Amino acid sequence: MKARLRSLSDMLATGLAMLSTFLVVAPLVAIFVYLVYKGASSINLAFFTQPPKPVGESGGGMANAIVGSGVLLAVGSLIGIPIGIAGGIFLAEYGRGTRLAQAIRFTADVLNGVPSIVMGIAAYSLVVVPQKHFSALSGGVALGIMMIPTVCRTSEEMLLMVPKAVREAALGLGVPNWRSVVSITLRTASPGIITGCMLAFARVAGETAPLIFTAFGNVGWSVNLNEPIAALPLQIYVYAISPYDEWHRLAWAGALVLIVLIVLAVALVRYVTSRGVLKGAS
Amino acid sequence: MGVGIEVSNLNAWYGANHTLQDINLKIPANHATALIGPSGCGKSTFVRCLNRMHETNPVARVTGSVRMGDLDIYEDANPVEIRRRVGMVFQRPNPFPTMSIYDNVAAGLKLNGFSNRRVLDEIVEKSLRNSALWDEVKDDLKKKSGASLSGGQQQRLCIARALAVDPEVLLMDEPASALDPVSTSKIEDLIFQLKAQYTIVIVTHNMQQAARVAEHTGFFLNGRLVEFDSTHKIFTNPSDKRTEDYITGRFG
Repeated sequence: MKARLRSLSDMLATGLAMLSTFLVVAPLVAIFVYLVYKGASSINLAFFTQPPKPVGESGGGMANAIVGSGVLLAVGSLIGIPIGIAGGIFLAEYGRGTRLAQAIRFTADVLNGVPSIVMGIAAYSLVVVPQKHFSALSGGVALGIMMIPTVCRTSEEMLLMVPKAVREAALGLGVPNWRSVVSITLRTASPGIITGCMLAFARVAGETAPLIFTAFGNVGWSVNLNEPIAALPLQIYVYAISPYDEWHRLAWAGALVLIVLIVLAVALVRYVTSRGVLKGAS
Repeated sequence: MGVGIEVSNLNAWYGANHTLQDINLKIPANHATALIGPSGCGKSTFVRCLNRMHETNPVARVTGSVRMGDLDIYEDANPVEIRRRVGMVFQRPNPFPTMSIYDNVAAGLKLNGFSNRRVLDEIVEKSLRNSALWDEVKDDLKKKSGASLSGGQQQRLCIARALAVDPEVLLMDEPASALDPVSTSKIEDLIFQLKAQYTIVIVTHNMQQAARVAEHTGFFLNGRLVEFDSTHKIFTNPSDKRTEDYITGRFG
């Protein structure tokens, strides 16, 4: 009787776990299916090779916005990832227990919760106002600032997870502390740190608000850092609030492409960084 | 070749905790010296003072002197230099998890900027032979991670890694306590061979192990060195009542 009860409660727990998994995955699948349903029909070669056509002309694509998003994310990553990782190293390895570290940790957490449009304003006053015009650079700065807290805090967590025994092994060999941090601790923690960077990357890739008055958007081709640049989320926003059915369809297609590109970018980074890692490593 | 170590008036603290009190002893060159005593008696802290690992803990403090040959390790050199000359093997095997077997052994040299491939190859092979691991891993040197080996193999890998930087002294902090009997006896055989070239200090909980591998044994209790003598004397005719009580199993 008791055994029956136990196997019943075991089945119940398994069932609940499966239900929760379903609840987590279902919205994601639903969104993706809906995007494919609404957007797939508008995706063709022109979508990836042409900039938008003026109102009234049919056809055209988002090629400039795809490239623009790539440029903005590259600038953002170049700013956000090194600063974030450096901050994480400081928090985990050098500042442990200090006032400064507590202040940085607190600031990073607050920064993480700041609405993204505020980041846009910050980049606006830091870059756009002195430059006196909108630019890809300012958009990249806004995205970069947004990436810093996520990268910083996940890097710290991952570095702290490296066992003390591994650090001691390096120090015990007569390796200087800085070298041990760079070549042993950072390297051991790198899979987790890369995950943190990818999370931050994926999060800012879909941001629209911080780009509205920084990157500004551009209906034509531009990869110049000093000029306004198109971006997928901006383009989707503009098309989605327009009164034209064709533009609505293009907005759906843009959203679908954005999601697929983010997934591909994350998968590519994971593939590249997992090569060279030896089998059997725990 | 190994060098002798002379410790005088060594005191060590963790915060307010006075973990080592007035330790004086001479560890002879090219011999194995065992340190025994109950848990928390200070023997691990003691070996960590011999390669200045103790001070990596921010609340730790040391006074007194440790001389290695002609060198006062607290006066004449920085900790990084000392740790190159005094190798350490820890209680739990701790290979670098992201590195191959080869890179684990070469780590101490590579991370200090040494990059001559041919010489590295030679040193890696020699170190793995000295730690009796070569035959088991020679075909997977660069293919397998150090973490993929068995516990006993990992510990011998850690010994090879310590030997590769060519130290004069090898400190072993309970090197076999996490290992099975077969691996333990391999480590003990190894200690026997290694003392021809290195001065070995081994912390152990296992008194038979101390008796098997070491010529000299020190007994620690509550942060003090109670007795230091030849292993034979300690185990057959100790001068201190507390040593006798410990080795006959009356406490600890």
